[in-house]
Amino acid sequence: MLDMIKNVFVDNGLVTAFLVVGLTMWIAYFISGKLTKGRIHGSAIAIVLGLVLAYIGGVVTEGTKGISDISFMAGMGFLGGSMLRDFAIVATSFGANFDEIKKAGFRGVISLFLGVVLSFAIGAIFAFMFGYRNSVDIATIGAGTATYIVGPVTGAALGASSEVIAISIAAGLVKSVLVMVGTPFIAKYIGLNNPMTAMVYGGLMGTTSGVAGGLAATDAKLVPYGAVTATFYTGLGCLLAPTVLFLVTDLIF
Amino acid sequence: MIYGVAILAGCFLVGTVVGELIGAVMGVDSNVGGVGVAMLLLIIVVDKLVKSGKIAKASLDGLSFWNQMYIPVVIAMAASQNVLGALTGGPLAIIAGIAVVVISWACVPLLSGKQKEKESSYSNAAIRGEADA
Repeated sequence: MLDMIKNVFVDNGLVTAFLVVGLTMWIAYFISGKLTKGRIHGSAIAIVLGLVLAYIGGVVTEGTKGISDISFMAGMGFLGGSMLRDFAIVATSFGANFDEIKKAGFRGVISLFLGVVLSFAIGAIFAFMFGYRNSVDIATIGAGTATYIVGPVTGAALGASSEVIAISIAAGLVKSVLVMVGTPFIAKYIGLNNPMTAMVYGGLMGTTSGVAGGLAATDAKLVPYGAVTATFYTGLGCLLAPTVLFLVTDLIF
Repeated sequence: MIYGVAILAGCFLVGTVVGELIGAVMGVDSNVGGVGVAMLLLIIVVDKLVKSGKIAKASLDGLSFWNQMYIPVVIAMAASQNVLGALTGGPLAIIAGIAVVVISWACVPLLSGKQKEKESSYSNAAIRGEADA
């Protein structure tokens, strides 16, 4: 009997995921309304609950894909995977104001370049402080603090060791999780309540999942503006980190 | 309703192809900004269609549905992250990850300048449906 129920869940993974996410959101909005009296937004709590599920999935299966590594939760990986994530992000631009995007376009582009270079530099400095002296290692860890995709791409291009690549991925993951959870709390201190700041935010932070999740929990109306710049960041990072930024690193160390 | 979803899918696929092309030109084996291109494309296409009155409300509902599915998708995404990897990545990964976020946060106001929250300029047109969907 239990096996039969489990098989139904496994065979209908995406539908199961709809149910799980729906329940998660219901619990989150219940907590938000009853325990925090609406002070902490329901979607912020829902995202934290999602991360808790991911942690449980990681502990139970020792896999890398959070809760979706558990067989009857595999649909969560599909629902939250890159295809539907990007599809839904594109859908958020329905209703976004094109004039706002044009107005903020220039600062958005500046923030992209600054965001990649700044993240790389901070990562590189910490790598140096922790005793790494090899420019390949330093550049790979610097790239990882850009995003957890730029790190391994750079590491592979430069021939870094798998240990260093693992550190770079972890640094990118820490960034992504922290942006997801922290954005709603920091928003009011950095003036994150308008389209232009959201575009700058997307460019500086760059982690698409972090920015999209964090803005969703702050104010869903800001998501398209942050996402439109953040989606360029990883590409720019993959372009700059193994080339220009590595050469600069190599000159310094 | 399917027309709206089809428009969304079309913009998504065109953007993804463009992103792959930009990536190929740059010599990066990844999609560079494809989602951003798709977003801009969708904004322009929908704007044109609405202004010329060529789109039915049902089609807009198809777009609106995926627009509102966004947060559930993000939650599923959060639940599929390698959180364990982030927490067990060692002190360097954790400290560097925290430092980069905090310093970037500090830079946001410097770059964005002083912006006033102009509710009227964007909120009405933004995500349709429930305010906190």
